[in-house]
Amino acid sequence: MGSRDVLRKIIGIDPDEPSKFGFASKQRVLDISHNVILYLDDITVSFDGFKALNKLNLTIDAGELRCIIGPNGAGKTTMMDVITGKTRPDTGSAYFGQTIDLTRLTEPEIAHIGIGRKFQKPTIFDQHTAFENLELAMKTDKRVRRSLVATLSGEDGDRIAEALRLIRLDREADRPAGLLSHGQKQWLEIGMLLMQEPKLLLLDEPVAGMTDDETMRTAELFVSLAGTHSLVVVEHDMAFVEKLGGKVTVLHEGSVLAEGDLATVQNDQRVIEVYLGR
Amino acid sequence: MIRHFLVSLIFALALPAQAALDPQLVRQLTDEDSGTKVTAIRQMALAADPEAVRVLKAMAEDNLFVAGSQVVIIEGEQAFDAATGKPVKMPASPESPTVNNRIRGELAAALAALKLLDADRAVRLQAVQALQRKAEPELAPLFERALKAESDPQIKGLLAIAKAQADLGNKDPAVRRAAVMVLGETTSPAIRSLLLPLTEKAREPNDRVRYAAISAVKAIDGRLSISENLGRVFTGLSLGSILLLAALGLAIIYGVMGVINMAHGELLMVGAYSAYTMQSIFRTWLPDYIDWYLPAAIPLAFFAAAAVGVLMERTVIRWLYGRTLETLLATWGLSLILIQAARVLFGAQNVEVSNPSWMSGGIELLPNLILPWNRIIIIGFALFVLFLVWVLMNRTRLGMFVRAVTQNRSMAGCVGVPTSRIDTLAFALGAGIAGLGGVALSQISNVGPDMGQGYIVDSFMVVVVGGVGQLAGAVWAALGLGIFSKLLEGWAGAVIAKITILVCIIIFIQKRPQGIFALKGRFVD
Amino acid sequence: MTPRARTPYTIRLFSMMQRGHWIALGAFLAATLVVVPILNLVVPEGSAFHVSAYAITLVGKIMCYAMVAVAMDLIWGFGGILSLGHGLFFALGGYAFGMYLMRQIGRDGSYQSDLPDFMVFLDWKGLPWYWSGSDSFLWVSLLVVAVPAIVAFVFGYFAFRSRIKGVYFSIITQALTYAAMLLFFRNETGFGGNNGFTDFKRILGYSITAPETRLVLFGLTALLLAATLLFARWLTTSKFGRVLTAIRDAESRVMFIGYNPLWYKLTIWTISAVLCGIAGALYVPQVGIINPSEMSPANSIEIAIWVAVGGRGTLIGPVVGAFVVNLAKSWFTVSFPEYWLFFLGLLFIVVTLLLPQGLVGLWQAIREKVQNTRAGHATPGEK
Ligand SMILES: Nc1ncnc2c1ncn2[C@@H]1O[C@H](COP(=O)(O)OP(=O)(O)O)[C@@H](O)[C@H]1O
Ligand SMILES: [Mg+2]
Repeated sequence: MGSRDVLRKIIGIDPDEPSKFGFASKQRVLDISHNVILYLDDITVSFDGFKALNKLNLTIDAGELRCIIGPNGAGKTTMMDVITGKTRPDTGSAYFGQTIDLTRLTEPEIAHIGIGRKFQKPTIFDQHTAFENLELAMKTDKRVRRSLVATLSGEDGDRIAEALRLIRLDREADRPAGLLSHGQKQWLEIGMLLMQEPKLLLLDEPVAGMTDDETMRTAELFVSLAGTHSLVVVEHDMAFVEKLGGKVTVLHEGSVLAEGDLATVQNDQRVIEVYLGR
Repeated sequence: MIRHFLVSLIFALALPAQAALDPQLVRQLTDEDSGTKVTAIRQMALAADPEAVRVLKAMAEDNLFVAGSQVVIIEGEQAFDAATGKPVKMPASPESPTVNNRIRGELAAALAALKLLDADRAVRLQAVQALQRKAEPELAPLFERALKAESDPQIKGLLAIAKAQADLGNKDPAVRRAAVMVLGETTSPAIRSLLLPLTEKAREPNDRVRYAAISAVKAIDGRLSISENLGRVFTGLSLGSILLLAALGLAIIYGVMGVINMAHGELLMVGAYSAYTMQSIFRTWLPDYIDWYLPAAIPLAFFAAAAVGVLMERTVIRWLYGRTLETLLATWGLSLILIQAARVLFGAQNVEVSNPSWMSGGIELLPNLILPWNRIIIIGFALFVLFLVWVLMNRTRLGMFVRAVTQNRSMAGCVGVPTSRIDTLAFALGAGIAGLGGVALSQISNVGPDMGQGYIVDSFMVVVVGGVGQLAGAVWAALGLGIFSKLLEGWAGAVIAKITILVCIIIFIQKRPQGIFALKGRFVD
Repeated sequence: MTPRARTPYTIRLFSMMQRGHWIALGAFLAATLVVVPILNLVVPEGSAFHVSAYAITLVGKIMCYAMVAVAMDLIWGFGGILSLGHGLFFALGGYAFGMYLMRQIGRDGSYQSDLPDFMVFLDWKGLPWYWSGSDSFLWVSLLVVAVPAIVAFVFGYFAFRSRIKGVYFSIITQALTYAAMLLFFRNETGFGGNNGFTDFKRILGYSITAPETRLVLFGLTALLLAATLLFARWLTTSKFGRVLTAIRDAESRVMFIGYNPLWYKLTIWTISAVLCGIAGALYVPQVGIINPSEMSPANSIEIAIWVAVGGRGTLIGPVVGAFVVNLAKSWFTVSFPEYWLFFLGLLFIVVTLLLPQGLVGLWQAIREKVQNTRAGHATPGEK
């Protein structure tokens, strides 16, 4: 065992990989030459023997808007955990584009290469103002040494202001985010996601707690993002899914049960069984 | 004096042994001249005849008399001929020979040596053990002789060692070397120090003997260190048992409320002072039953500590729910108050808590490995408490509730578990167990106001290594940490041991952040 | 919404504090650098305005503590990481500087040897390797910063990398300082064992007990305390500070928007340790002793209570807390020594239970209340 291997083993520093010491230093280029942005291949995740994901296979095309539906406990959130590096799969592989192996990256690295995530439960920074929330999320060099001296340029300010208008929080910009309503928090989190300028957006039940009006506007926003971005949306609200209009994947007991457009899926016998039967 | 006797004994050995008691020799015992008496005693001892023992013993007990030409032993109303042992007519005017101190010494030594040849196995065993401590080179022939006559394997072994010890001073290098080889098989610090001089050139000119001695010392060291380490493992086990009692409570409380109780060490202290109080009560009121104070202290300690625990939970900890870091500080404040209260109530000095008589002493497993009773009992006690806790947690409703709250508080609350009562009860239970730990601790360490301070880190380490909410984890971690730290202490000293363990734990957490027996669960962040 | 544009650094520096704060800071410096020296040196001893040497040492000592408290607040109040081992970094700085002070004793020790007395006592023939260079003020000043920094960095790297948080982290830092204390208690460690370092004679060749030296040290401490406050202010108002508080409130979210919390925590942790080290180095010449008990867990946890009493998450809070608690301590330990622990224990409980925002929070609450009632009087009928 060479000294480098020892280093790697014992303290987990990989001397060949400068990314550990600041991930921006190594460029990982997203390669979507086959027009696919995400491959999940044979992913299994088990918790104490219980398989939350069971040989899951899923591919998302570049620019696609995909809806994932499925009963509670189907493994939708766990799948997002795997993609964003929060949970390591027991087996299987997850690739971002052709070249980037997601299972080897940390959460911030994955965020950095262009995958953004909205949690099921809105998580924003309650003590910071809405403006500051967006400022923190904004795509930029996020290493310590930059943060120490970072100042906000005029353009940055404009971009944040624009995002605030988009998510209709421009009047709440200087209030602590913790004081916002549930729906506003959801929107703020979506706004943060946009500020990250990700190529792939993972949205876990984004419209829970929104009014119908808010829901429809969210759907419009997502549809307008599709094409330039790829989106994976988990949702229970069928009206919302219908409005999004993309391909639908049904997840059940950790693997894909059916895939296709909403009408096909809704008429699929097995899907009906899962939702209605038993 | 004995040595002197033995020297002449060797000299006398050159003479042919006699089968029966020579009346001439017996007669000499009563000679006027002390010198003649001494020679006779020695010759009789060498004869190694049971008859000789009888006569010498009689002489030592002032039962030997002279009546004209006859030497008789008088026991009560009956007289026996000294040489033959046959009963004879009671002589008219028996005279007792002068037995001065010098003669008495000679007699005692001779009798001791003769015991090696006694018919009774127990007497022989005792004799060889006694002589082993002073196995002078001059004794070698006697040992050899006894060895020839001996049939009992245990005594034979001891005699062989004794003879080898005696042979170490032999002039013949071959004999010395053989002796060294025999001694190299033993496991005793005393023999090791006998052999040690032979490893130096100045003391042992013969190379072969010296090399044999060197390797013999090495062999003994090897075996000694095994038993030393066994001793450490044992001490570690008892330390681990106390850690276990401290950690069990800490782990239950941490599991249920996510709170590290920094005053937990002080609950140990409460338990220890309960033992002290009970001891004082018994000393004053029931001095005859003083040995029973310890069993009586156990319930007192449990309830005293539990009461303090409930008080802490109700007044402070309950109000800090969910603010774990603040709880750390508040419970630290509680610990300061408890320490100062102990100082005010019992004085700043350590108080004396003594072991009941049935806890003193120990079992000698090996020449240098004694297991003290107090530690054995502590280990047993800890296992007993562990068993009770296990039953409580797995076989009762309370235990089920506690486990439910540990795994998922809000869910447990939803299905009707009275979580806030469970909090209090769990706190009382954890505190009570710590109190029991305090009683155990009072038996092996100082009891003073500060005694609990050192335990919080150690017992927390147990929780970290064992994993939260896991009885099995806590057990393995406590015993493992106890043994590991005692072994390390033996090799590297207490400080280095502490630091090493700390570093090991930090490295350990790198690999297994949830402890050895991790419950995989969904952790909310 | 306020328009935001890139502002020049100088303006940013000035605008990071309100005018009142700048004035307060100036007043503080004027008091410590000008008024106190005059009251000490010029005003005669009998006068009511005379400031005694005792008072100067006491306040100097508490200013060192205040620096530690600010350092603690950076990591706990802003970073959400409660360290129960900050006494270690303080003591490391103190020991590093103490080595220099020991060397300055020269041959004036009781054994008249070039070696420090305790080494003669241990029958050592020369200085151990880690003492080399300790006669150089510059080298030692470097050590004051570097040793706490390195220890903190290495420890922090492993702890934060394995995502040790909350009470786990707190207890492990306590274990760390405890182990270090045991280490320094050993004579063989080479730092004077139980007794540590004391009986200093000189600093940079000047007598350490001379009133002027004392005043210089006092002034230097005041300056560095002010600098620490400014630096902390700058840190916490920068984007770095905002990321830090974001990590405190929702660490996983911070990770998913692309910040690596490890390096943020490690940075603030190391900075905090270095500040403690500097405070320790200022403390030792003023108090005249450093020994392993500075590393005792009880000492470290007391730092947390200074911060809590003053109010964490604010910068003036820790300073206030350090002064209040330590003045109380020096009063109690003289007047009612047996009640000090009761008081301290109660303080821990009362502050955590009733005053989570500390004295500063209490003050703000009172002021708000007063303003509200005034506003209520001014415009009756409006709510
Ligand atoms: N960390 C975890 N530990 C144990 N079980 C988990 C964990 N994460 C998820 N699960 C289980 O995996 C299953 C899938 O969960 P999840 O992905 O949240 O489902 P969904 O989001 O589709 O409702 C659930 O039964 C859940 O209880
Ligand atoms: Mg879900």
